[in-house]
Amino acid sequence: MTAPPDDCLARNEWICGAYVSTRDEILTDAVVQHLQLTGVSVALALLLALPLAVLARRWRWAAGPVLGITTVLYTIPALAMFSLLLPVYGLSAALVVAGLVLYSLTLLVRNILAGLRAVPEETRQAARGLGYGPVRLLLAVELPLALPAVMAGLRIATVSAVSLVTIGAIVGHGGLGNLIYAGMNTYFKAQVLTASVLCVVIAVVADLLLLGAQRLLTPWTRVQAA
Amino acid sequence: MTTLTDAWSWLTTAAHWSGENGIGQRLVEHLFLTVVCLALSCLVALPVALVLGHLGKGGGLAVNLANAGRAVPTFAVLVLLLLSPLGPYGEWPTIIALVLFAVPPLLTNAYVGMRGVDADVVRAARGMGMTGGQTLARVELPLALPMVLTGVRIAAVQLVATATVAALAGGGGLGRIITAGFNLASTPQVVAGALLVAALALLVEGVFEGVQRLAPAGARGSGA
Repeated sequence: MTAPPDDCLARNEWICGAYVSTRDEILTDAVVQHLQLTGVSVALALLLALPLAVLARRWRWAAGPVLGITTVLYTIPALAMFSLLLPVYGLSAALVVAGLVLYSLTLLVRNILAGLRAVPEETRQAARGLGYGPVRLLLAVELPLALPAVMAGLRIATVSAVSLVTIGAIVGHGGLGNLIYAGMNTYFKAQVLTASVLCVVIAVVADLLLLGAQRLLTPWTRVQAA
Repeated sequence: MTTLTDAWSWLTTAAHWSGENGIGQRLVEHLFLTVVCLALSCLVALPVALVLGHLGKGGGLAVNLANAGRAVPTFAVLVLLLLSPLGPYGEWPTIIALVLFAVPPLLTNAYVGMRGVDADVVRAARGMGMTGGQTLARVELPLALPMVLTGVRIAAVQLVATATVAALAGGGGLGRIITAGFNLASTPQVVAGALLVAALALLVEGVFEGVQRLAPAGARGSGA
């Protein structure tokens, strides 16, 4: 082996500034794809979970099946979930999104339902006494009071989704997972470490942003704490 | 629909069950990986969680570890370990990655279970002259057992699920059938492998559910 120049890429080092500067475009694309996949999945899951949880709250008999089915979906491993959906979606980003939606659903439905159930009966009666109809009661009283539980579920679902997106690499739509997968096959240490660290950074930043949003949306909880 | 019937015929072909790359071998690898990692994680997490729970210290640590564990992709940890000096040592990178992944839920549940034990009961045990160790083993642990078992169940099911990821990095287990299917561009094989993995995960969940339902009854029976 000829002596490589003083270059961390040539020496295949774990931490390599030259890697980050020369591949910034690839990294940006991967981060953007990662964020898109996570964002779309969690948003869709939330859109699906809200009506499901509200239905399960309204009709007691619906709670069992809704929780049961979402739990079963959650038990199925991510790699298997992506694979089972393969005939429906083919090798596409939609496949990864569909898998992640099914995953996040359990966490969200459980938390929303727990939040709705924790709303005190007196509070609901008071709202009804003020002339609130069922829809207004839900939107103006129950959902806001359930918000801390909803946000807790949303944070867990988002952080899990960020880490699960990497497995999408098997169908070529894994965001930073693609870089990890490719780096593994080529023994490219800097790429694997950089992409892994970026994954964790995305998860932490997303968690902090959601925490911030929760604080802004639920000012009353802070008043109580003080 | 044809994919499902194709997957079914793939599954029911006897040749696919035997041999070095057969379903039987992969199933054994998968279960072996899960059991070894579950045992190791329990050995690491439970003593720490039980002692911390007994002392009432380190709750923040347990919760933060659990949250951090969720943020770190197991796949990334696995690949990082593979490329590290540990890489050439067979299954070790996979086992370490899976143990790191399973420890947080075990730790959190056992700790929360121990803290959930009624403080008056613990004080009564102390009043009866039990030492710290006796209180832990005879009072706190039996009462915390349902929560501890829930943690073990969560860890076991997640291990079955995550052991499939080992196949992405060239390891063994049922995930290998899926990745091989992808490499052969054989959708029926991918779906068949996925069905096997899903069935195993659900089976493990079901077995633990049964064990948990039996456990409190058994404890009551021996105590009477």
